[in-house]
Amino acid sequence: MTPGTTLLRAVLRPRFLASAWPWRGIAYAASTAAASGVLWLLLSGPAAPLVLAVEVLRPPRAAHHLLLAAVLGLVGVGLLALVGPGLALAVARVERWRLRLAGDGPAPFRHTGALGTDPATWRTGTLYTDPATWRAVAYLLLLAVVAPVWGAVLALIALLVVSTPLSVHHHVVNLHSPGTAVGRTLLGLALIPVLLYLAAAFGGAHAALARLLLCAEPDPAAAELVEVARSRARLADAFDAERRRIERDLHDVAQQRLVSLTMQLGLAKLDLPPDSPAAAAVASAHEQAKVLMVELRDLVRGISPRTLRELGLRAAVEELAAGSPLRVRVDADAGRFTPTVETVAFAAVSEALANAVKHATATEAVVSARRSGGRLTVQVRDDGCGGADPARGTGITGLADRAAAAGGRLLMSSPAGGPTILRVELPCAS
Amino acid sequence: MRVVIAEDSVLLREGLAGLLTRFGFEVVAAVGDAAALVAAVREHRPDLTVTDVRMPPGFTDEGLRAAVALRAADPDLAVVALSQYVQHSYAGELLASGQGRAIGYLLKDHIADVAEFVDKLRRVAEGGTVVDPEVVRQLMQRGRDPLGRLSAREREVLALIAEGHSNAAIARILILTEAGVGKHIGSVLTKLHLPVSDDTNRRVLAVLTYLRGQQ
Repeated sequence: MTPGTTLLRAVLRPRFLASAWPWRGIAYAASTAAASGVLWLLLSGPAAPLVLAVEVLRPPRAAHHLLLAAVLGLVGVGLLALVGPGLALAVARVERWRLRLAGDGPAPFRHTGALGTDPATWRTGTLYTDPATWRAVAYLLLLAVVAPVWGAVLALIALLVVSTPLSVHHHVVNLHSPGTAVGRTLLGLALIPVLLYLAAAFGGAHAALARLLLCAEPDPAAAELVEVARSRARLADAFDAERRRIERDLHDVAQQRLVSLTMQLGLAKLDLPPDSPAAAAVASAHEQAKVLMVELRDLVRGISPRTLRELGLRAAVEELAAGSPLRVRVDADAGRFTPTVETVAFAAVSEALANAVKHATATEAVVSARRSGGRLTVQVRDDGCGGADPARGTGITGLADRAAAAGGRLLMSSPAGGPTILRVELPCAS
Repeated sequence: MRVVIAEDSVLLREGLAGLLTRFGFEVVAAVGDAAALVAAVREHRPDLTVTDVRMPPGFTDEGLRAAVALRAADPDLAVVALSQYVQHSYAGELLASGQGRAIGYLLKDHIADVAEFVDKLRRVAEGGTVVDPEVVRQLMQRGRDPLGRLSAREREVLALIAEGHSNAAIARILILTEAGVGKHIGSVLTKLHLPVSDDTNRRVLAVLTYLRGQQ
């Protein structure tokens, strides 16, 4: 990432005063002062008990004053601890936005902890343990305590500059001292660039600190990994969409034509004399067409099961179980998940049941699908001979890849002698 | 016998119309989507309605929804739903409408055996219940202990009951006497603790409900 120009860098350039940066510096400094003022207003509520405690402790004081001050102090600290982090994060949002005044570069935000950028997903626990929260609190102190100091210095200089005409008028009219008036004029003029430079320097330094505390530099490798994971998920989703399209095309065209063709053959068979050579040929064609219908249907169902899309995971798994030669008990939560989660979960059950029949010579299987804590756990357990080796076929490996692309994982246990247990865990919004 | 056909594939729709006409049905309307189906049924009040389950615009269960709605308004309307796949949820919903009278759920595969297909349509039009053998096969497969106590012949009888066959038809298919079939049926229903009933449609529903509860 190439850093854009910031206020602090702009100050050091020879043509600083001729650029727009002085004005941005002034704007940033002024808005910092305003932000600081607003912050003090917001803090005055929770901080009031602390101020009162200090008041109570002023001499003359008695023993009960100490107790009262301690209680007030505790209440104040508690209130600050309660509202502080939330306030700090809210201020951080505003400040990140305001940073655009002080630099051209993007001000990306990346929490190092579990917090996302969306406040709706924050939980109290992660709020207090996330380092980003405490960096925001540190920034809160910077804005509340340090900013007023340099703000006051700038305000003083600004006052001197702005009051120059009044002061000169006063010297000329009332004191009749033109020499001093000339000096005062020169001072006022000289202070203008000083003010501009100082505003940019102070503002720039404040902005640099803000950037440091509020905008964690994104790790390029991490960003790349996120992109790789996203593109993998996109590829998997595109693959699913393509399967659905193929299923639809096969259903809408090939299957209907085949049914129609088989029906015509069935009709032709009726009209032919049973002992004619043509009757035998047509009967054979009719039988072949019927076999083809069954094969095509199984093929299409394997590509993308309709029941899964229309009725969800439980209905689809129940149908899969009904069609399986095994005795399958299904114990699944109702409800819908995202298409990706449903597809991967169903593929896992389908693969596990198929393997149980093909390799494990099982007679029974139990399928469970449970949603808890934002996670769907699907498990298939058979009573077969076990000894499945994921490296042997591409089925399980492909499933593990799909699960990983969806942000989940696949676990398998298949000791020789059985049972084989296949489990897929997938994240799903709860 | 007057028939309304709803099927979105033109080829299959025309094929079905030709087939039914050849077997002496009068095709009063052949339409391509669920809305047209509802309109056609209201207009013609046919003796039989044959509809595809999956139709435009959503290509999910529009035909079935229309059929269930039409039967809610007129429980005597005879409907056969054709599906590319066995979908138990859909089948159950349709068969439960109108106490299982004059209703059929068939895989499209069975259109191919034209004479038997037409025979099934006639049975539904006459108030019978027809359940696809594949549905019954899948339901029986998930069965547990009570089904295991049935003999092989009793299991055959149970499957035929579930498909909606009458005692006479079962006797013909299994080459038994009707009295023999009656004995088998009584034995099956007793073993499964189901009420012994002569009403074929009630019997089908009871057996299907039993099998569906067996998972």
